[in-house]
Amino acid sequence: MEKLLNEFSVGLFFWQVVLFIGLIFLLRKFAWGPILDAINEREEGIKNALAEADKARQEMLNIKSDNDKVLKEARAERDALLKDAREMKETMISEAKEEAQVQANKMIEQAKAAIANEKSAAITEMKNQMGDLSVSIAEKVVKGELSDKKKQLQLIEQLLNEVTLN
Amino acid sequence: MYSKLRSFLTVFILIFSLHSFAQEHGHENEKHNEHGEKLSLKDQIKADIKHHLQDSHDFHITDWLTFPLPVILWDDGLQMFMSSKFEHGHATVEHNGNYYKIAHETGHIYKTDASGTIHLNKNGFPTNKMPLDFSITKTVAMIMITALLMFLLFAGLAKSYTKNGGIAKGPGRFFEPIVLYVRDEIAIPNIGEKHYKKYMNYLLTIFFFIWFVNLFGLTPLGVNVTGNIAITAALALLTYLITTFTAKKDYWKHIFWMPGVPTLMKFVLAPIELLGTFIKPFALTMRLYANMFAGHVVLMSIIALMFIYKSWIGSSLSFGLAFGLSILELLVAALQAYIFTVLSALYFGSAVEEHDEH
Amino acid sequence: MDIPRIIGGGLIVIGAGIGIGRIGGSAMDAIARQPEATGKIQTAMLIAAALIEGIGFAALFAS
Repeated sequence: MEKLLNEFSVGLFFWQVVLFIGLIFLLRKFAWGPILDAINEREEGIKNALAEADKARQEMLNIKSDNDKVLKEARAERDALLKDAREMKETMISEAKEEAQVQANKMIEQAKAAIANEKSAAITEMKNQMGDLSVSIAEKVVKGELSDKKKQLQLIEQLLNEVTLN
Repeated sequence: MYSKLRSFLTVFILIFSLHSFAQEHGHENEKHNEHGEKLSLKDQIKADIKHHLQDSHDFHITDWLTFPLPVILWDDGLQMFMSSKFEHGHATVEHNGNYYKIAHETGHIYKTDASGTIHLNKNGFPTNKMPLDFSITKTVAMIMITALLMFLLFAGLAKSYTKNGGIAKGPGRFFEPIVLYVRDEIAIPNIGEKHYKKYMNYLLTIFFFIWFVNLFGLTPLGVNVTGNIAITAALALLTYLITTFTAKKDYWKHIFWMPGVPTLMKFVLAPIELLGTFIKPFALTMRLYANMFAGHVVLMSIIALMFIYKSWIGSSLSFGLAFGLSILELLVAALQAYIFTVLSALYFGSAVEEHDEH
Repeated sequence: MDIPRIIGGGLIVIGAGIGIGRIGGSAMDAIARQPEATGKIQTAMLIAAALIEGIGFAALFAS
């Protein structure tokens, strides 16, 4: 202890205190202040940048969800349109079919009626012609047959029979 | 790259310090003591180690490179002269009718009679009257150099921020993480987020100052700044003063009227706590001083073994040992700076701590 | 320095050595158990060791 006290130098103590306090104030003004400020500023900058990036990402997400929504709507609209179109097509087709059926039926009816008319006309005509023919035949036959009396009677009888059968 | 550079520097410094030590011995082989007797090698080494550890009035690098420094005394007025007048402590200086001499026992300047007699007490310490000595000694010069270097280095770092848009450049790049370390690992955990800012200047300055002077102590300049008790006492005193003057009400309350203990205990605790506040800076002083002092003594003793054991085995062994110890001392240099700073921060933290009611 | 003082100094060094050794050992255990808390444990270890060291030195110089 005595050695320590003997070695203790007041001058050294004085200089150390003075120089050190001076150094603290000098460094505070020219070094630590600016350094710590700069570091703080940088850290704040990094923090802000990170926050901003986060915000941007959030916005991106929002935009994306918006896009999705729009897309979904568009798709729904398209589906609705397609459905309408399909329905319209189907009704049109069925209507057309029905109309065609009706028309066809009508035409068939008309054709049938026409055929029936023609048929009856043809039959009438044929009857007329056959009448004429049979009259002429009968004339000839009568011309030939009437020479024979027995035959004439026979024929008349036969003809009468035939007529009733008709 | 950095680690390579560092290891290179370490080896360089070590070899250089060995070299300068060896040189000193080469020149001083013919040293004689006060009475003209030739000194034995062991006594020479003892004297050399003592000389190295003591503050001195001239900046001695080798025998042919010694800078005289101004001596400033307060002895009935200001007395100033250059230390070269002492002729390395051999001569008695007469200045304004007063006689001064450096006692090699302590390295201090004492007032003597015209023939320069120094009276010693029974423990071998001078009893002569001492003038107040404000000389720029070797240690003071080293403090000034360190302060200048720190100023240039850190002001440069501060400037590089504004120049480079907030990013450090140059040598400051190496120190910026350390500044951040002091802030994030020393100041904030020990003092707290709320109050740490006002202590940052002190903590940073003291950390780098102690670290740098410790490192300078390991260079060939070998100036043992933190191994002077006056230096460490001054630093600890500053810590003590800052603790005391920034302390909040809670701090004093916990010293003089400890809450949460019986009244009788409060009377017992108060003097103990008060004593504790003085022991803290005392322990700070002693720790730094003793660590650096002991480190220098051990390192120099081991280097000196080389000259005592003149065989190649002893020399190479002591070289290896000195090499290992030098690296250990590099670690200790930083560790002591760290511990001084951490403990200072701890004391500041206790001064501004706001306790919840117990 | 006389003999009792030297012995006292030795005792101080032994005591401080044991104390710091125990702190270091316990810190190693703690680090092995909780490697993620290494930084905090180291800081606490250094502070505790420094306090013992301080007392040790104070006693050593007083002796």
